[in-house]
Parts: sequence; C-alpha cells; structure tokens
Amino acid sequence: MLTIILILLPLALSLITLTLKSEKAVRQYVLSGSVIEFGVAVAAFIQYKTSCHCNLLFTADWLSTLGVSLKFGMDGISLLMVMLTTFLVPVIILSSFSHSYSKPAVFYSLILLMEMALVGVFTAFDGLMFYIFWELTLIPAYFICAVWGGNDRIRITFKFFIYTFVGSLFMLVALICLYFKTPLPHSFDYHWLYSAVLTPAEQAWIFAAFFLAFAIKIPIFPFHTWQPDTYTTSPAPGSMLLAGIMLKMGIYGMIRWMVPVCHNAMQLYAPFIITLAVIGIVYASVIAIRQSDMKRLVAYSSIAHVGLIAAGVFVLNPYAMQGAVIQMVSHGINIVGLFIAIDMIEKRTGSRVISELGGIATKAPRLAVVFMIMMLGSIALPLTNGFIGEFLLLLGIFEYSKVFAAIAGLTIIFSAVYMLWMYQRTMLGKTNGITEEMTDITWTETVAFIPLVIMIFWIGLSPRLFLDVALPDVMTVLDYVRL
Amino acid sequence: MMDYIVFLIPVFPLLGFLILGLGYRSIPKKLTSIVGPGTILLSFILTLIVFFNFHQFTNSPTHHLFPWISVGPLNIPFAFLIDPLSILMLLVVTGVGFVIHVYSVGYMKEDPGFNRFFAYMNLFVFSMLLLVMGANYPIMFIGWEGVGLCSYLLIGFWFKNQEYNNAAKKAFIMNRIGDLGFLLGMFLIFTTFGSMSFDQVFAQAKSMPVGSPVVVAITLLLFVGAVGKSAQIPLYTWLPDAMAGPTPVSALIHAATMVTAGVYMIARSNILYVLAPATMTVIGITGLATAIFAASIAIFQNDIKKILAYSTISQLGYMFVGLGAGAFTGAMFHLTTHAFFKALLFLGAGSVIHAMGGEQDIRNMGGLRSKLPKTYWTFLVGTIAIAGIPPLSGFFSKDEILLHLYEHSVVMWAIAVMGALMTAFYMFRLLYLAFFKNFRGTDEQLHHLHESPSVMTTPLMILALLAAVGGLINIPELFAGGSWLSSFLAPVFADGAAISLPPVPVSHSTEWMLIAVTLAGCIAMIYFAFHRFVKQDNGLQPDGTQRSGVVRLLSGKYFIDELYDLLISKPLLWLSRFLHEIVELRFIDRLVNGAGNIVVWTGNTLRYIQTGNVGFYMFIMILGIILILFFNILI
Amino acid sequence: MNTLSSIPIHYYLIFCSLLFSIGVIGVLIKRNALVILMSIELMINSINLLLAAFSAYNNDPSGQIFVFFIMVVAAAEVAIGLAIVVLIYRTTHSIDINVLNKLKW
Repeated sequence: MLTIILILLPLALSLITLTLKSEKAVRQYVLSGSVIEFGVAVAAFIQYKTSCHCNLLFTADWLSTLGVSLKFGMDGISLLMVMLTTFLVPVIILSSFSHSYSKPAVFYSLILLMEMALVGVFTAFDGLMFYIFWELTLIPAYFICAVWGGNDRIRITFKFFIYTFVGSLFMLVALICLYFKTPLPHSFDYHWLYSAVLTPAEQAWIFAAFFLAFAIKIPIFPFHTWQPDTYTTSPAPGSMLLAGIMLKMGIYGMIRWMVPVCHNAMQLYAPFIITLAVIGIVYASVIAIRQSDMKRLVAYSSIAHVGLIAAGVFVLNPYAMQGAVIQMVSHGINIVGLFIAIDMIEKRTGSRVISELGGIATKAPRLAVVFMIMMLGSIALPLTNGFIGEFLLLLGIFEYSKVFAAIAGLTIIFSAVYMLWMYQRTMLGKTNGITEEMTDITWTETVAFIPLVIMIFWIGLSPRLFLDVALPDVMTVLDYVRL
Repeated sequence: MMDYIVFLIPVFPLLGFLILGLGYRSIPKKLTSIVGPGTILLSFILTLIVFFNFHQFTNSPTHHLFPWISVGPLNIPFAFLIDPLSILMLLVVTGVGFVIHVYSVGYMKEDPGFNRFFAYMNLFVFSMLLLVMGANYPIMFIGWEGVGLCSYLLIGFWFKNQEYNNAAKKAFIMNRIGDLGFLLGMFLIFTTFGSMSFDQVFAQAKSMPVGSPVVVAITLLLFVGAVGKSAQIPLYTWLPDAMAGPTPVSALIHAATMVTAGVYMIARSNILYVLAPATMTVIGITGLATAIFAASIAIFQNDIKKILAYSTISQLGYMFVGLGAGAFTGAMFHLTTHAFFKALLFLGAGSVIHAMGGEQDIRNMGGLRSKLPKTYWTFLVGTIAIAGIPPLSGFFSKDEILLHLYEHSVVMWAIAVMGALMTAFYMFRLLYLAFFKNFRGTDEQLHHLHESPSVMTTPLMILALLAAVGGLINIPELFAGGSWLSSFLAPVFADGAAISLPPVPVSHSTEWMLIAVTLAGCIAMIYFAFHRFVKQDNGLQPDGTQRSGVVRLLSGKYFIDELYDLLISKPLLWLSRFLHEIVELRFIDRLVNGAGNIVVWTGNTLRYIQTGNVGFYMFIMILGIILILFFNILI
Repeated sequence: MNTLSSIPIHYYLIFCSLLFSIGVIGVLIKRNALVILMSIELMINSINLLLAAFSAYNNDPSGQIFVFFIMVVAAAEVAIGLAIVVLIYRTTHSIDINVLNKLKW
C-alpha cells in the first residue's frame, strides 16, 4: 500500500500545484509535500525492516490479456533508491528557493512529476511499467531543461532527449522480445521475464539492447557526450535531478534487468564493457582537469564516478555489487551537494568560470566548509560516504582483475587532482573584483546542506544500515548468475 | 573499563576538533588555548595509564568498538590494537603532539585563524591516533588518509597565498599516489588471506614460504604507500614544499609523526616484509638513496625550514635503510629519537623565524646566539643529537641502524656513513650561519629581535631534554645498557625474527671501530663547517650567483621538480586538452551528432519523393500492392 | 437461385477481376476527380459482387451481410468524397487532380 502512495502522492501534489498562484504558496506547498513524501518513504523503510520480505507489494490488473499489471513493490535495492529520491527532492526544492523561477507553479509541478516518475521506475515490478515510467521521467526533465535552462538550451536538450530516447527504444524492443520468450501465458511480470528461456544468441541481442539503453542513461564512455552539455545548461535543480537521481536509473536497470536476464552474456562481454568503463574513468578524469566551468568539471567527474559503479556491476561479485548500490546513494548525495554549492556561488557572483573566481573562503567561510565536505565525500576520503562505495567497488573489481582495479583506482588520484584544483582556484587565494562583494550563505540556505552533510558522515561512519538492507537482494540478484 | 580507556584516547582530540571547528567564530582565544592542547594532554595521560599497565591491556590486544563494513565474508570492525608498538607510537604522538600544541599557543597567538589552526591540529592528532591504533589495515587507512587531509589543510593554512595552496595540493596528490598503492596492497592482502585484520593476516602469514611472489607483491604495494607518506624517492618533492605551513605544523606533521607513518606501517607488517627479501632490498636501496640524496641537497639550501625538511627526508631514509636491513627495532628507535630532536629543531627554527619577523633565509641571520640564548642552547642540543655525537639520542639510534647495515653489507654501510657526515656538515652549517658571528639582517629586524615567550621556550627545553636523554631507552649492550626498547618491542617482532636468518653478529671490537670511524668523520665535518662558515666568509652567496656544475645541480635540488613538471604535469595537461578538444569534441561528439545528421540527411533527400502528384501516389500504392501480392505468391 | 449457381464460379471471378482492373486503370489514368471516384466505386462494387457470388455458392449468408455493410460505408464515403470534390472545385475552379500538387516536400 505504501508503495502506491509513494507514487500517487507526488502526482497528486504535482497536479494541485498547478492550481496555485503565488510563488510563496507554491514553495511552501511543494516543500511540505515533498517532506511528507519522504516521511512516507521512511515509514516504508521501517515497515520493510520490521516485517521483512513482504516487498510492500501492490498489484492491480491492467491489461490482463497482455499480461501487463500494475505491479509495484520494493526490495532492498529499490528501497534505497526510493529513499534517495525522496530524500534528495526536498533538498533540491529547498536549495532552489534562492532563485526565483518564472512560472513557479509549473516548475515545481514538473519537479514533483519527475519525483513520481523516478519512484515509479524504482518500484516497478512489471517490465512494461518500468518502461513507461522510464520514459515518463524524460518529459519533466526535458521541459525543466528546455524552458528554464541557459544558453543554447533548445539544441542541447533536444540532443539529450533524442539520444536517451533512442536508447530507451532499444530497451522496449528487448522487453517485448523477452516477453515473447516467457512461458505461457506471456507476462511482463518481472519474475516471468526472469524465467524466460533464451538461446545464447538471443541473450546477446537482448544484452546489447539493454546495455545501449542503460549505457546512454548512466552514461558510460563513449555514450556520454550529451551529459556535460546537459548538466551545464540545465537550471541547478534540473542538473541535480539528472545527476543525482536520474542517472541511477541506468545502474538500477542493469542490476534489476540485465543481471538476472542475460547474465551469461554479461559474463561473456564483461571484459569488454569493463574496459569501456575503465577507459571512461581515466578519460573523463583527465578531461575534468582542464575544465573551466565548475558545473562542467563536476559533470565530467560524474562520468568518472559512475564509470566505476558500472564496472562494479559488471564484475558480478557481492562486494562490487554492494559497493555499486551504496555508491549510487553516495554519489547522488555528493553531486547534489556540489551542484548546490556551485549554484550558490553562481547566484552571488554571477559566474561559474573557475578562473574568474577566487578567495571565496574569506568572504563565505560557511560555504567553504560545506563545499569542502562535499568535495571530500566526492574524492572518497575515509569516514565519508564516498569511501565506503569506492572501497567495496575497487575491492570487487580487484577480485575480478587486478589490472582493471589498478587502472580504475587511478580515480582516487585524479579526483583529488581536479577537485582540489577547483577548490583552490575558487575558494582559496585572494578575492578579486567578482568575489569581493560575495556574502556568506544564509542560515536558510545552510539548512539545505545539513541533511546532506549528515548523510555523508552517517554512511561513512556506519554504513551497516544501508548495506544490510540491500545485502539479501544483492545476493538474490547474484544467485541468478550462479544458477 | 580498559576498553573505555583505549577508546577515549582518540575521542578527546576528536571532541576538541568538533568543539573548535563548530565554534570557530565564537570561542575566545583563551578557551582555545586550553581546549586545543588540553585534549591532547588528556590523551597523553590516558596513554601513560595504558603504558604503565600495558600487561593488562595487551592480554587481549584487540579492542572492538563497532562493526564498520560488512559484506558477506568481508568484515571490517572498528577495532583498536594495543601492543608495545602502538603504545610507543601513542606516546610519541600524544607526547610530542602535546608539547607542540603548547608551543603553538605562543607561536600562533597573533594569527586570526587561531581557532581554525587548533581545530585542524586536533583533527590531525585524532587521525594519527587512528592510524597507529587501528587493528586492521582499513582502520589504519582511515588515519592514513586523514593525516593526509590534515596535512593538506595545514600546509595551506594561510590560504590566501596560492603558492602555499599549490604546496598543499601537491602534498595531498603525492600522498594519494601512495595511497593507491596502499589500497591495492590491502586488496591483495584480502584476496590472499581472506581478512584484513592484523592478527589474522599475520597468523596466516607465518606459515607462508619465504619469497612467495604474492607476499612480495603485497609488500611492494604497501611500500608504495609508505614512499608517498614518508616522502621517499621518487615521491619526496612534496615535503620541502610543505614547509609553507606554520612551523609547528612542520614540526608535528612533517617531522615527528605523519611522515613516520610509513615506517610504522612497515614495522607493523614486519612478518610480511621478512617473508619478502626482494622487497627488503628495494626498501634498503630506496632508503639509502633518499638518505644521501636529500642530505646532499640540504648542504646548499639557504631556507632554514627547507634545510630541516631535506634533513627530515634524509633521516626518514635512514629509518627505511634500517627496515630494509631488518632492524625493525632500530628503525622504531630512530623514529622516536628523531621525533624528539627534529621537533625540537623545527620549533627552534620557528622561534628564530618568530624573532626575525618571518625571515627564513639563514644568509640574513647570524649572531643570534646572544639575542636568543634559550633558543640557541636548545637548538644546539638538537643539532648535536641529529649529528650523532654521543651521548645524545641521535647517536644511539643512528648507530644501531648503521651497525645492522654493516652486518648486512659493508658497501651500504659506507654510503650511509657518508650521509651521516653530510648531516653533521649541513646541520652545523645551519647552526653557525644562524647563531654565530654578526647579525646580517636589516636594522628593523635587529631592533625587533627578542627571545620567544616562555610558552614557546618551555616546550623547547622539554624537547631538548628528551633529545638529550632519549637514547637511554635503548642503550646497547656495548655500553652496558639493557636495550630496554628492544625487549619492550620484542613480542611484536618475535614472529618475524623467528623466520629471518639472524645475521652474523659483529664482535665488540669491530663495533668500537665502526663507531670510532663514524664519530671521527662527524667531528671532522663539524670542524670543516666551523672553519668555512665561522672562520672564513666565503660560505654565503646571493641568489643570482652563477655556479659551477655540481654545486648548481645541488642547489637546484637536482631539478627534480622541473623534471616532474616536464614529464608528468605538462603531458597530463596536454593530454587533457587533447582528449577534450580532439577526441571528445571532434571525434566522439561528431560521431553522435553525425548519427543524428544521417537521419536528417536521409529525410531531406527522401522527401522529394512527395511530389504532390496524386496520380503518382496512387500508382506507387497500386504498384506496392501488386508487389506484395507477387511476393506472397512467390513465398 | 438456379440461374446464379448454374453459372460456374470462375466466371464471376474473371468478370469481377476485369471490373476491378477497369476500376484500377480508371484511377490510375484519369485526371478528373469525379471519374476517379466513380472508378473507386467500380472497384468496390466488383468486390461486392464477388462477395455475393461466393455467399450464394457456399450457402452462407454472412457474405451478403458484408455486402450491405460495404454498400452503406461506400455511400458515406462517396458523400464525403463528393463534398471534398465540390469544395476543391469552389476554391480552384477545377477538378483536375494534377492541379492539387501544393501539398508536397
């Protein structure tokens, strides 16, 4: 029951928001609504923990002759993803209050619609539902970026839309193909799809189609070229939604669909895919070193980080898989924090260009501290959340191949290089004309950071709660590989 | 109860960090000067309690706090290990750390970032305590990276100066290169032994054959970590730059504690290293090369802190030489005495800099002996100690390493003695130039000269005392001593000692001879320095002087920084630009846009089929139907 | 009934095919929209006739039911078609389909 509430609540909120007129009313309404949504997610989490293995299923018939049903539920992995989504959305909304967007009702309504679609993706237990929500996320994302974005937004958003859409269509083909391979009566229920009997050739094709869809969404090198442009051009909340949550759909999809359905093909092509991911890590890190735009730098760092996660999924062992799950959460938190910090700098100075900034720490020590914490999480310092994920991922990859682990491990050096460079050039040093008049973040703005900081250290210090929730389901997923 | 005492040791500095960090704007300086050193003092007292009751604590050496990461067979508890080795390190870290904190109260008094400074320092001590107390490699790694972060924060403490920030960044990145090695070594340990806890790993390692490739690989990877952290060739260039930080930081982090973490880690993993003779050779050669390399650079430096920095690198090299020769106790002994006298020297240098109003160039000093008597006398003690003159501490520890080295290889011993002679020379050069003859600075500086307040000189005197008598903890049999430290640490190194072949012991007469040779050389060097820098005046050359080949190479620090810039930084930046502008924008992105353009082009071309002629459409339609029917018949 | 079934079925087939072909050719070669509409009617009717013939031949009335359906639909279609032709004539003063080539590319 809670599952369907989690999906319908943002939808209802989103529709009601459209009727509101004043910006203030919209803000109050949307923020409190999204906090309630988070409360529901926490309730779901508690229910899941106390009466475990109930999966909080919701089932209703829809196109029963085609075997499509409204089946939603949560296992440990989806639960973590839902928690991440519902946790980040209020933070993103709160951080956006420092800007005044035109047509606020529509803007916030789209954010809530996005939340609903994301929760739908993470809770769908039915292949077609998964696809429908997957595509649904594109619609608000498209409008948020295309209407409220920066320079050249139409061309960039169009590219983003078409690129990811092309990928998703391959996934649809794969799902339909899989549907016809299920035992009679055909069904899109995920257990049925898992039990489809496939020849090696069919597996390879389905693998390729799924991979294309997920690789573009994540994005894995060399399918990433939409990403830096889109992150840079989107308005800050849009970048946060895309980078913080939306790209996790790709990794989640890999764990949810690719591993159980085409694990043989995965094992067969893993060296190839991991090579791509590892190349992507080094490639994106090296490019990030010389970026001049802060947002673009973070965008490239994100390609490197998710490349590591993707490599971790493909080595198919419990450490890396657990690491991937926890790192999805951590990466979402860190990158949202970084984007918020960058947004606050941009709002105050009107610039995101690293060479134009400097000396912000003298003018805004509070901002400097939170930015530092986000950065430390991002470069995986022990006792922050990033370390847990990267440690497990690298350990898992090391078990698979020492060479891959050594190259992928370069990320810990490179991330320090570009992050510290950015920090030094923007935060440290002497102030200049642009940053001279900079003011520190207000307490209300600080409030947006506090939950993120808490989570960074919570996961870093005591990740057991999160690891334990996901562990049984990670093992279940990996059992398909062993069978 | 015992568990609580152990846990509280790192908790106090953490608390101090939280208090000072969260209230860095509102806490008055007076409170900070109590809280900052006070937390370290509490830790020190607890450490003393542990030390005096250490049999109770070492009965069950591992103290579990809570489970940290657990995934399937991987279980990493947050646990602390209390054994003689960690107790020794705890004493050094909290003891020397406390003294330096007290000194900082005076040194940083005028600084607007006073609270921030003590917050970072407390965080550093916390990280360092985790490093030495960790009962498994991951916990050690927390401290390992944590001290790197604090080092970064403190080197760049005066963050308005981008030069300092560059130094801080360089330190962090070079440390991270080592950390990657450490991380991979840790993974290899896990895949080999199925655990990362010291007790389990070492217990299993005992039954491994000597020289097995996997152990060699593990030890080499861990050694990469040590090279980064302890500033050995080739990752040493960050340490001289790290002198950008406030002087107490240089004393605490870049001399006494953090940089010795690599030595501690190898001593901790001694069983693994004993099993890998190949690695031991690598360590020995690296350490020896670093020892004389850094010492030769130090001879021609003019910045008082840079000289001490290169001296630190050189002394760390000696510790690694000792480790490479299997003298784990000797290395730990030298680590301890080095912590005393090098902290002393740095703090003394700080006192000089303080008095000189920020001047660090020894060419502009001179004659400070009469102006700063307390600083002079303590500095003199430190200099004699590091030069290895008996009966001060440096003599005993260096002698122990040299003796082991002699048992190992005479050639290496000879090279190491050369390094020791250089050490005596450059240290006394520093002493003579700074404290002897006439003052060479500006009148304003002369007017400003004053002895530091007692809050700074008292720590100097404490450290001078320790540097003088520190050698007593391990007086060898030769001098009718009990080798207390050796027997104290013996349980830690017992397993390793059982595996390794005991070297042929040297006779007492040979020992006497070795000591005599070294000592005679050192005294000759001191006299040479005296002759050159006090008697004559040709020791000073201004910056622009043209110099001949070797001197130019040495005073240019072998141009290693320039070499790294040329070989690593520049190509990396070039590669970054190449990947972004050529590969990314011209190739991959064009490929993607090209796929879109193909669709557009196809549409543009094919649309001309829509002629608008209805008859033509109908003709095509019927043709199509006929074709379909035809194919239907065919199939 | 007798007359109908006494004629062999392939006569109907040939006749209807001819009728259908005439309709097709009419659609293809004529430029007058009215004539094209009539040709389409011819095609529909040829199919109607064939349906009726098979229905009688197989003693199955459902074919003839279809014929009625088709006649109704065809009537509606002709009405719409003629209306379009009338509108076109009003705007262009022509019912030559080659004039209607504005909607292209």
